[in-house]
Amino acid sequence: MMPDLATRLAQQKHITTPRLETPFHPRIAALSETNDWYTWAGYKAPHSVFDEELEYFAIRSMAALFDISPMVKYRIAGPDAERYLNRLTVRNVAKLAAGRVHYTAWCDDHGHVLDDGTLFQLSADTFRLCCQERHLPWLLDSAIGFDVGIEEETTEIAGVALQGPTSFAVLSKAGFEGIERLKPFQLADFAHDGGTVTISRTGFTGDLGYELFVPAAQALSLWDRLWTAGRLHGIRAIGYAALNRARIEAGFIVSNADFMTAETTLRADRARMPDEIGLDWLVDMEKVNFNGRKAILEARRNQTLKHVLVGLEIEGNIPADGAIVYHRRKQEAGLVTAAIWSPLAKRNIAIASLARPYGTRLTEDFWVEIYAMRELQYQKMMKRARIVPRPFIKLDRRAANPPGLF
Amino acid sequence: MTSSDPARNISGAFDAIVIGGGHNGMTAATVLAKGGRKVLLLEAAERTGGAMRGYEFHSGYRAAALAHIVNRLDPEVAELLGLETRTTEALPTIALSLDGKHAVLRGAYGETIDGVSTAEAKAFAAMRKKLIFQAGILKRFLKRRPPEIGNVRMNDLGAFAGAGLSLLTRGREEGRDFLRMLLMNVADVADEYLSDDRLKGLVAFDATLGIHLGPRSPTSLLGLYYRLTGEANGRTGMQYVPKGGMGALAPAFEKVARSAGVTTRTGESVTRILADRGAANGVVLASGEQLSAPVIVSAAHPKATFLALCDTADLDTGFVRAVGNIRSKGNVAKLDLALDRLPSFTGVSTDDLRGRLVIARSITHVEDAFNPAKYGEFSPDPVMEITIPSLADPTLAPSKGATLSALVEFAPYDLKCGWDNGKPAFEKIILDKLEHYAPGLSQNIVASNLMTPADMEMHYNLPGGHWHHGELQADQLLVNRPVNAAAGYATPLSGLYLASAGSHPGGGISGLPGLLAAKRILSETRP
Repeated sequence: MMPDLATRLAQQKHITTPRLETPFHPRIAALSETNDWYTWAGYKAPHSVFDEELEYFAIRSMAALFDISPMVKYRIAGPDAERYLNRLTVRNVAKLAAGRVHYTAWCDDHGHVLDDGTLFQLSADTFRLCCQERHLPWLLDSAIGFDVGIEEETTEIAGVALQGPTSFAVLSKAGFEGIERLKPFQLADFAHDGGTVTISRTGFTGDLGYELFVPAAQALSLWDRLWTAGRLHGIRAIGYAALNRARIEAGFIVSNADFMTAETTLRADRARMPDEIGLDWLVDMEKVNFNGRKAILEARRNQTLKHVLVGLEIEGNIPADGAIVYHRRKQEAGLVTAAIWSPLAKRNIAIASLARPYGTRLTEDFWVEIYAMRELQYQKMMKRARIVPRPFIKLDRRAANPPGLF
Repeated sequence: MTSSDPARNISGAFDAIVIGGGHNGMTAATVLAKGGRKVLLLEAAERTGGAMRGYEFHSGYRAAALAHIVNRLDPEVAELLGLETRTTEALPTIALSLDGKHAVLRGAYGETIDGVSTAEAKAFAAMRKKLIFQAGILKRFLKRRPPEIGNVRMNDLGAFAGAGLSLLTRGREEGRDFLRMLLMNVADVADEYLSDDRLKGLVAFDATLGIHLGPRSPTSLLGLYYRLTGEANGRTGMQYVPKGGMGALAPAFEKVARSAGVTTRTGESVTRILADRGAANGVVLASGEQLSAPVIVSAAHPKATFLALCDTADLDTGFVRAVGNIRSKGNVAKLDLALDRLPSFTGVSTDDLRGRLVIARSITHVEDAFNPAKYGEFSPDPVMEITIPSLADPTLAPSKGATLSALVEFAPYDLKCGWDNGKPAFEKIILDKLEHYAPGLSQNIVASNLMTPADMEMHYNLPGGHWHHGELQADQLLVNRPVNAAAGYATPLSGLYLASAGSHPGGGISGLPGLLAAKRILSETRP
């Protein structure tokens, strides 16, 4: 009934290797001028490749290649796969068609978010779940009573995001025939190097863009294919710093940055319900039972939700990362979890977590206290902040059909 | 299929469906019916009774029930049943000794003792007084729904205050002693008070019977406390066999259920508890028939209830994980002997044969018997308690014949060599042991039947063959019985309630889980 421990450990070999390299590593290492690496889910990943600033502009005006291989990937297959995922995740998987992708989240019994991620329906009974954290024990325990197989395929499958206005042109040039038919959140298989590459029109930038998944052995040939095709379209390899700017502009949240995942929190009050991190729109109370349903329903009914996630526009141009948010300059109301000066919106923007009723009943007169370190001295600023809707930018080219051939 | 009510086929006409016709299921059904609910009781076997159900183990010889003595039937349940316990006599416990010089506990758990020195009798009386006082404090929590952590009600506070007061009135010393002893092992406590190995062996045996602990395992005293929360006729620790024998219990429960208006269907096994978006609303029978009711009460084992009867899709992962981790592997075997005459135990009077005979020579004997169980082996020198059920109910055996029932530990559910291989060897060991205390017994044996935990699992639909429906240990008690999210009889599925021994306070024929579950249901607004 309960799965065997030894088998589980054998399925989580990553634990024994402190820092892995992704299948694309040889190419990125060769391009790296900054030699600026960080650890992403046990993998060596570039924080920047040549210049954080220019890498950001590669996303917004050319085409950017971002290695997403460290993203944790699970293959979920079997007759009960849909039923299983409908119980696991908060969104209605019955509404997800084959060949489509949706953004979703999953919770524990208390309705606290374990992680968010994207769910790819590869075929009628086969799915791929992509996320930040590893969840195999939870996914396996969730499978008790279901006819479904769950395998982690993080190391086996390499992934790369191709984002930016010329990304469609790059793929066309690379010879992926029929790529023009892919609509946002749609996926399809294409021939590559004697095998197939799964391309979805998805991304984490709010821009026109694609994500490509390929068996690790074909990773380098895929990179080379894109790189060659992209030469005249300004293709660049980028690191996380640039992507992070783009995702903040797009209003996307990152687990363990904008919210703590329930299984990694040490403090009981740090876990968050979907409604507390802006994911209430994912939760489908009408569908069949799912993990956390009762808890979320009760929290809504009893109005015990404690937090709310908001977008802020802050006066000035100093990013307010980590700043405390005040109501009427005095009362502490929350914390900025991500902030940048947006080059595209030309505004100083931020994502913040506020303690209700701030952000729900009380929506005016917010201030952020920014401590800017200037040559070993803090410059303290109290700046006015306004709650604004997310995303902070909206690009028509993201959803244009067919996509623009820039 | 049999039925006691022709109106049974009106589907949806019931306010509550109770799954499982054991004593807890029948108690819950009866209390609900008396509370004005229309109740349907479903029992998979051809007869109700659960572990009180007897069985024929040899032509002409029957075992009255799985349980062979009553020591904790709740007075409220006894009254509900109309059981005549006032005139019931407290049966003695004979702590057997190889030399035939036994210690005999008379009255309610040894109010007086024969066969020990005056000093030892005094020491036992002091220990008995101490333990009964402390068990009394715990008892306050046994007959009420466990408090809900984070949502403590006023009357929970009352119970805490009551427990605190009863300690305070006895002085600081008692309070300190209670906290000191609560999680101790029974061996250290016995060593503290007693010097007679027979008495020490007996309390060590009583503390660990049906629990996967040895007397030297931490917290093993809890088992003895649990035993001493039982009462009969207002006398704590008393044990008895009802008039007509243990076999009279099941019919008594059936009768009171019937007269309360409970509709009973036997031979109907439930295969699925139906639910929709967090609310249980019916059951599916093996025949495919669907029955709906706003309240479903499961007196089946919690693991069976949630992992077999419920669709796990209706439950949350963490809950399923917790239920899957309930420790519920039995380690007691039951031996039934068909005898051609009443056995004779050296040094035991015929009158005392009506009591309980315990083979547990010392604490070390019990501990040594437990040790192999940790590694999936049975005891080469087991400990056991013996009764002669045919004395209370002569119909169990042909005239002049007799039956003997022994609960033997330790017999781990997961026997390393498998029970098919191990059973004959273990049975031989038990018979050899018995022969030491009752010479000549082997010549009187007409037939024998050993029921291992694996057999109990099969015959009584008891996962793990554990009669408590889950280990009765500190981490699976009170607010964590069977698991925290279902500790108050209500479960994460609204409309589904638990009423088995797997719920608070635990196993043994007490009727309390069933009684408390029904009270909880009656206390809630009717759907």
